[in-house]
Amino acid sequence: MNRFTTILLAAGISAATMGATYAADNIKIAFIDPLSGPFAATGKQGLAQYKFAAEELVNKKGGVLGGSKFEIVAFDNKISAKESLIQLKVAIDQGIRFIVQGNSSGVANALTDAIKKHNRRNPEDRVIFLNYSAVDPALTNDKCNFWHFRFDANADIKMDALTDIIKDNGNIKKVYLIGQDYSFGKAVAAAAVKFLGEKRPDIEIVGNELHPIGKVKDFTPYARKIIASGADAMITGNWGSDMVGLGKSVISAGFKNPIFTYYAATDGITKTFGEAGEGVVKLVGEGQLNPPVSDRADAYTKAFKAKNPDLDIGQPRITNVMEMLARAINDAGSATDMVKIGYALEGMEHDSLWGTKVKMRTVDHQAIQNVHILAHTKSGITHDYDNSGYGLKTESTVEMASADAPTTCKMDRPAQ
Amino acid sequence: MSRIANSPLTAGTRSLIPLSSALPWLIAIAFLFGLPVVFPSGSALTIMNQMAITIIFALAYNMLLGQGGMLSFGHAVYMGLGGFFCMHVLNWVENDGLWLPLPLLPILGGLFGLLFAFLIGGFSTRRAGTVFAMISLGVGELIAACSIIIVVFFGGEEGVSGDRTMGPEFFGIDFAQQQEVYYLSAVWLIVSALAMYLFSRTPIGRIANAVRDNEERAEFLGYSQRNVRWISFCASGFFCGIAGALFAINFEILTEENLNLATSGEILLVTFLGGVGFFIGPIIGAVVFILLKTVLGLYTELWALYAGILFLLTVMFFPNGLTGLIAMHVGPYKRGRLGVLALPYIKMVGPLMVFILSGAAVFEILFHSREAATGEGEMTLYGLTFSSHGILPVAVAAGIAIASFLLLHRLAPQLREAWDAANPVDRRS
Amino acid sequence: MSLFAVNILDGLVTGLLLFMLCSGLTLIFSMMGVLNFAHASFYMLGAYFGYQISAYVGFWPGLIFAPIIVGVAGALIERYGLRRVHQFGHVPELIFTFGLALLIEELVQFIWGKSQKAYEAPLALDFPAFAIAGNSFPAYKVFMIFMAMGIFLVLLYILTKTRIGMIIQAALSYPATVQNLGHNVPLVFMGVFGVGTAMAGLAGVIAGPVLGTFPGMAFQLGSIVFVTIVVGGLGSLWGALVASLLIGWLQTFAAAYNVGMSDLLIALGFEKPLDLANSALRDLWSLTLPQVGPILPYLLMVLILIMRPQGLLGKRET
Repeated sequence: MNRFTTILLAAGISAATMGATYAADNIKIAFIDPLSGPFAATGKQGLAQYKFAAEELVNKKGGVLGGSKFEIVAFDNKISAKESLIQLKVAIDQGIRFIVQGNSSGVANALTDAIKKHNRRNPEDRVIFLNYSAVDPALTNDKCNFWHFRFDANADIKMDALTDIIKDNGNIKKVYLIGQDYSFGKAVAAAAVKFLGEKRPDIEIVGNELHPIGKVKDFTPYARKIIASGADAMITGNWGSDMVGLGKSVISAGFKNPIFTYYAATDGITKTFGEAGEGVVKLVGEGQLNPPVSDRADAYTKAFKAKNPDLDIGQPRITNVMEMLARAINDAGSATDMVKIGYALEGMEHDSLWGTKVKMRTVDHQAIQNVHILAHTKSGITHDYDNSGYGLKTESTVEMASADAPTTCKMDRPAQ
Repeated sequence: MSRIANSPLTAGTRSLIPLSSALPWLIAIAFLFGLPVVFPSGSALTIMNQMAITIIFALAYNMLLGQGGMLSFGHAVYMGLGGFFCMHVLNWVENDGLWLPLPLLPILGGLFGLLFAFLIGGFSTRRAGTVFAMISLGVGELIAACSIIIVVFFGGEEGVSGDRTMGPEFFGIDFAQQQEVYYLSAVWLIVSALAMYLFSRTPIGRIANAVRDNEERAEFLGYSQRNVRWISFCASGFFCGIAGALFAINFEILTEENLNLATSGEILLVTFLGGVGFFIGPIIGAVVFILLKTVLGLYTELWALYAGILFLLTVMFFPNGLTGLIAMHVGPYKRGRLGVLALPYIKMVGPLMVFILSGAAVFEILFHSREAATGEGEMTLYGLTFSSHGILPVAVAAGIAIASFLLLHRLAPQLREAWDAANPVDRRS
Repeated sequence: MSLFAVNILDGLVTGLLLFMLCSGLTLIFSMMGVLNFAHASFYMLGAYFGYQISAYVGFWPGLIFAPIIVGVAGALIERYGLRRVHQFGHVPELIFTFGLALLIEELVQFIWGKSQKAYEAPLALDFPAFAIAGNSFPAYKVFMIFMAMGIFLVLLYILTKTRIGMIIQAALSYPATVQNLGHNVPLVFMGVFGVGTAMAGLAGVIAGPVLGTFPGMAFQLGSIVFVTIVVGGLGSLWGALVASLLIGWLQTFAAAYNVGMSDLLIALGFEKPLDLANSALRDLWSLTLPQVGPILPYLLMVLILIMRPQGLLGKRET
C-alpha cells in the first residue's frame, strides 16, 4: 500500500512537472533573413515586426496550447542561399520546427527545396516553412510542396492588380521595365509583359532589363536610359538598397512620370522619394495602414512605433503569419506534429488585423487576400514611414485578388 | 636509409613512410573516426563537415602560398568550379540515370578543378609575385561575375542544387544522414591530406620550395620556374576541386558565393591564421576559424569583429600563425627548459582571460545598448543580467579591462626573462 | 547623341572619383612597395566621418575635418601597424592590409550599424545644374568634377615643383641615399601614407551622398581600385588618371547601351536557334552589354597583365 502511494505520488509529480515544463516551454520560430549586408535594413524591420506580433498577438493573449509562448529566434543568412541552409541546419539542431523567411525568392527556393529534402529524410523531426515575402510564383506552382506556405500575394497576383490601374490610365503609352536579375525580377517582368499585352496591347514596352541584385554601385546610367527612352511610366520589383539606389538616381536624373513598384516604401525609401514621389510612386501590396481600418489596427501600429521609433510596419502580413500559426497549433492540439499543423493551416480562413480576409488556398498554399494599390503621399497619412511625414494611402482595392487563378502545383501530401 | 634504420619495426623493409611519421596519421585517423561518437549531435556534425571541407581547401591553398610562395586572391574559383560540376553530375545521376556511387564523386570534382587550374595556370603562373596575385584576383572576379551571366552552368543568382541520395547505394548507405556524409568527408580528408603531404615530399614539391625561395637559382639548376609553379597550381586546383565536391555533397547547393572574393579572402585568412610555414598550419587555422564562426557566432553577433582583431594581432605579432606560436616552444622543450616558462604562463593566464572577457564585454554592452528595442534594455552577459543603458556597466567592464591590462603589462617582464632563460642567447642567430 | 553627352559626363564623375582613390594608393605603392588592400576602407571611413560630422554641423565642415581624421588614423596605422609588419616581408604586409580592411568593415558596422546612413548632399548643391534632353545633371556632380580636378592639379604641383615633392620622389627610388642625406625617410613614408589615406577619406566624403554610405561600400569599390592602378601602371600618377577615366567611361557606357549579343551574332551571320530556351548557348544569345559591363575592367586588367605587365603608363614591372 505504502509503496503503491509512493509510485502514484511519483507519477503524479512527474506528470505535473512534465505538464509544467510543457506549458512553460516556448515554441521557437526561426527567423532566417538578412541581418547584415546590403539588405540588412529589410531583415531587421521584419524581425522587429515578428517579435512585436508574437508578443502582442499571441503571448499577451495567453499563448497557445494553454500557455506556450512564441519565441522568435533570429538567424542571419546574409541573403545567401548557402548561409541560409547552414542556419536552417543550426535551427533544426536547436529543435526549432517553424521557419519564417521572406527576403529574396532565391533564398526561398533554396530553403523550400532543402526543407522538402529534410522532411523526407527525417520524418521524426519535420519542419514547416512559413514564407512571408518571397513572391516568385514558382514557389506555389512548379516548386510547391506541402511544407511551404506563402502569406504574401505572389508576383502574378500583384501584377494583375497593378495593370488594372495602368489599363485605365490613357496617358501611359510607353513603359520601361527594370528589375533585379533573379527569379523574382524575372517573374515580375514576365507578368508585366503578359498582363500589359492582354489588357493594353497598345502600350509599347520601351525597355525590359535586369540588373545584378545588390551589386550595382551607381544606377545613374540606367536612369539615363529610362529617361532617354521617353517612357511614360516605369515598373520595377526592386526592393531594399536596389530600390533606394534606383529611385534616387531616377529622380535626380529628372524622371517625373509614374513609377509602379512592389516595394518602394520604408527602409529609407519613402524618405528618399519624399516630395518628388508625391503622385508619382504607386505600390501594389497587401495590408492597409492608411486610413487605419479599425481602432485595433491603429492602436497596434502606434504601439509598434512607440517600441521601435526608427522602424515601420512595412510588412503588415506578418501579423497574419503569427495569428494563423497560433490558430493552426491550437487546432492541431500539438506544436510538434507538423503534419497535423500543416493540414490545419491549409484551407484556413482568417480575419486579418488589416481588415481583409485571408484564405490559405489548399491546392497550392498561396494566401488569397485583398490587394491594394497604394499611393506614396503626404495627405491623409495617419502612420507615416521613415518618420518622413510621407506614407502609403490605399487608393483602390482588389477584393480577394486572383482567388481562382490557376496553379500548376501538384502536391505530395503526407498521410494524415 | 638512416631514417628507416631508426625504426626497428620497419628496418629492412622498403617503406615509403616510416612508422615514426605514420604515427601522427594513425592518430589523426582514429581521432576523426572517434569524433562523432563523442559529439553525435546534428550541429556538431554540421560543424565537423564544414571543418573537413575547409581543411582540404586550406591545405590545397597552402600548396601555393606556403610551399610555392604564390599569393592567390581568387582561389575559391577552383573549389567552386569543382563543386558546380559535381552538382551537375548529381543531377545527371538523378535525372538521366548516370551510374555513379556518391563516394567517387570527389574524383570528378578534383579533375574538373585540375582542368581549370591547368587552363588558367597556363597564363597566370608565368610570373610570380604581384603579377600572379593580381591575375588571380582578376580571374577570380571574372568567373564570379560570369556565374550570374552563364545561367546554364552556374544557375544564376539561385545557384545549382541537387540531391545526393539519388545515386546507387554504396554498401547499403544512401547518405541521407549527416553522419554518413561526415564519414565520407573524413575519408576524403585523410586521403587528400596524405596525398598533399606526400606531394610536398616529392622532388617536385621540394623544387617548388626552391622556386619560392629563389627563382633565379632554381632556374640555373635547370628547372623551369614557370613549369614548377604551373604544376603546383594544377595540383592545388585538383584538391580544391575535391573540397568543392564535398561541399556539393554536404550542402547540396552551390551559388555565386562559392566563387567570389569573400570566399577567396576567407581561405587566405584561415591559412595565414594557422601558419603558412607548416603543413599542419592550415588544419589548425581551419579548425579555429570554423569554431570561431559557428560556436562564437551562436553567442554573439560580433564574432567577425573578434575574428578580425585576432587575425590582425596574429599578423602583427606571430607572422608564422598559431602553429608558429606552438612551434616557438619546440626549442625550449627539446632543451628541457619548458618548465621555466610554466610559472609566468600560469601567472598571466588569469589576467589575460579577464582582459579578453572584460574587453569583449565593453563591445557587447555598447552594441546591446544601441541595438535593443525601446524598453528592452536588459541584457545577460556571463550569467549576469543588467541594464545595458547608462554609463555604469560600460565603465565597470572598461575598468576591469584596463586593470587587467595593467597587470599583464607588469607581468610581461617576468615572461620576457623566463623566455630568454628558456632560449639561451647563443642559440639565437 | 544627347544620351552620349550625358554619359560622357557621368563617366567623368565616376572616373574622377576613382582617381581620387587611386592617386593615393599608387603613391603608397610606389613608396612602400605594398598594395594597400585597406585603401577603400579609408574611403568608407571618410564617408562615415563625413556623415557623422554633417549630422551635427553640416556638410562643409565634414568635407574639411573628416579627411584630416582619416589621414591621422592612416598615419597612426602606418606607424604602429604596417611598419612593424614590414620587417616580416611583403606577403605578411599585404595580408595585414587585407585583415585591416575586414576589421575596419566590422568596426564600422559596430559603431554605425549595418544599414545605410542617410548621408545627403548639401542643400546648397541640391538642384539640377542643367539638363540635356530631359536628363538633368545635378549641381553636386559638377562640384565633384571640380574637386577631383583640383586635387589632381595640387598633387601634380606638389610632386613635381616643390622641395617636399623632390624628397618624396627621391625617397621612392633611393631610400637609403635619401636617408644618408639627413632626411627622415620613415617620417616621409608616414606622411605619404597619411596624405594618401586622407585623399581616400575625401573621396568618401564626396561620394558618400551619391553612392550611398553603408558598410559594404569599401568592398564594393575595393577590387576595382586595384584594377585601375594595375591597368594604369603601378606608381604612375598619370597612369592612374588615364586608367580611372578609361574605367569610368567603360562602366558607364556598358551600362547605358542595351546592345545585345544576339544582334552581334546575327550581324556576323549566325542563325538564332529556334528553340532558344533549351539551347545550350542560350546565355550567349541573351547576353547584353550591361550584363557584361561589370566584368570588363577585370578582363582589361588580366589582358594588360599578360601583354604589358608594367601597365599602360608604368615604367617598371610590378
